[in-house]
Amino acid sequence: MMRLTGALLAVLLTAPMASADPVDDTLILNGETEMVTRTAAPDHVSDAMDEVLSGWHFRGTETRAMQEDDFDNPGMIFVEKAEDTWNAVEGSEDKSCASCHGASDQMAGVRPTYPKWNEEAGEVRTLEMQVNDCRKNRMGAEEWKYTGADMVNMTALLASVSRGLPMDVAIDGPAQSTWEQGKELYYTRFGQLELSCANCHEDNYGNMIRADHLSQGQINGFPVYRLKNTKLNAAHDRFKGCIRDTRAETFKPGSEEFIALELYVASRGNGLSVEGPAVRN
Amino acid sequence: MRVTIITAIATGLFGSAVFAAEVVPTEVAFTDGAVEQSLTGVAGDPANGRSIVGDKGQGNCVACHQVSDLADVPFQGEIGPMLDGAGYRWNESELRGIVVNAKMLFEGSMMPAFYKTEGFTRPGNAYTGNAADDTFGPLLTAQEVEDVVAYLSTLTE
Ligand code: HEC
Ligand code: HEC
Repeated sequence: MMRLTGALLAVLLTAPMASADPVDDTLILNGETEMVTRTAAPDHVSDAMDEVLSGWHFRGTETRAMQEDDFDNPGMIFVEKAEDTWNAVEGSEDKSCASCHGASDQMAGVRPTYPKWNEEAGEVRTLEMQVNDCRKNRMGAEEWKYTGADMVNMTALLASVSRGLPMDVAIDGPAQSTWEQGKELYYTRFGQLELSCANCHEDNYGNMIRADHLSQGQINGFPVYRLKNTKLNAAHDRFKGCIRDTRAETFKPGSEEFIALELYVASRGNGLSVEGPAVRN
Repeated sequence: MRVTIITAIATGLFGSAVFAAEVVPTEVAFTDGAVEQSLTGVAGDPANGRSIVGDKGQGNCVACHQVSDLADVPFQGEIGPMLDGAGYRWNESELRGIVVNAKMLFEGSMMPAFYKTEGFTRPGNAYTGNAADDTFGPLLTAQEVEDVVAYLSTLTE
């Protein structure tokens, strides 16, 4: 009955064993900045878990190492591209991002607060929405596709200059109803497999689901460079993939639903360092 | 019913045409989470059940469960309990109930219902991310469920 041949057994014995626990390790960026990759859960999720953990703890040794040094992090190539774009004049107003904001590192502190309520517009805005608002209304330039390369590279640049700062999105005041909507989505069991984000990322982080080591599904590392598709991946694309994997009809990147979900998921990681562009498999 | 099946087997009349009356997903009768009646009246094939349990494109049960008997299948998950001994812990009706819709026995279970077609939120067309269309059906066919149940029944230790 047992069909194990000697050769096969050898393969199985040398294959990496599933490790249930997140790896106990410290992320020090470029040998200088110590990142907060695990910390006490913020109050609004403390009923569900004690500690929040970056997805970094759930990746293999080599993948973790790649993120530790900018020279080894393939995501930084795209950050450099975005740096050129940051300084390039475009659109009817003859302006670049730098014309209004100065050097890109002047934007340190911006990433951790998004998505956030915009009083004038009367809406919760993601970083992508804000970037497109600048392009359209201040530069007179074309808006970028929500998860297109230009946009995801630019959000990686904006994340990179905030690395090490704690995620800190506001969930009260005018943003509260959006946050509630996001929470509702997080716990909805979608699709034919009837799985919610919480089923995988709250109840089972640390466990293997087939070949994948489940993390808490935090977004403090986004956009992430994935070895699988060798490019930067936006959070909304990740949400889309995860919902698709429940055999469900997904929502679109940039949709009202994903904006709300992003605010909620970001809030679950309040206190974790911004890591974008993180490296994932 | 049982008598006819036995007679059919005995007289070699074993063919699907004889047992056209499959129990459809919306008409499965549960008693305390168990399903007593076979969905097809045709005995399950444990060998086929074994491959369904281990196959990514079919049951993919190993995404969540480990099974020692399937040690040749790599990357077994650890979301649900090990299936070793499932055929000892549960009788055939209970196993059928668990595969058809585990939530009837384990309230709020993460385990998907493999023979169910209604009551989903935003059901999709397989893994395309698009909405379900008229090809939408249960994750396993009635006979596949019977095959899986037959296989699980062999896992007695
Ligand atoms: C069927 C299981 C499953 C469900 C349901 C699921 N995910 Fe995931 N998710 C995964 C797997 C597997 C990965 C890759 C490994 C990891 O990082 O957890 C992943 C990764 C992620 C990541 C990347 C984390 C990182 O650090 O790179 C995010 C963010 C995420 N999921 C969010 C969500 C959200 C939001 C939902 C609900 C809309 C959701 N997931 C539903 C399985 C799931
Ligand atoms: C997404 C995860 C998932 C998948 C896929 C899955 N299961 Fe399960 N299964 C579970 C969980 C979790 C339990 C524990 C019951 C509970 O929820 O308390 C369980 C319980 C069981 C049990 C009872 C276990 C025992 O011994 O007490 C059996 C039998 C079983 N599953 C068989 C299967 C079969 C057969 C398949 C595929 C056709 C399958 N499962 C697919 C998650 C899953």
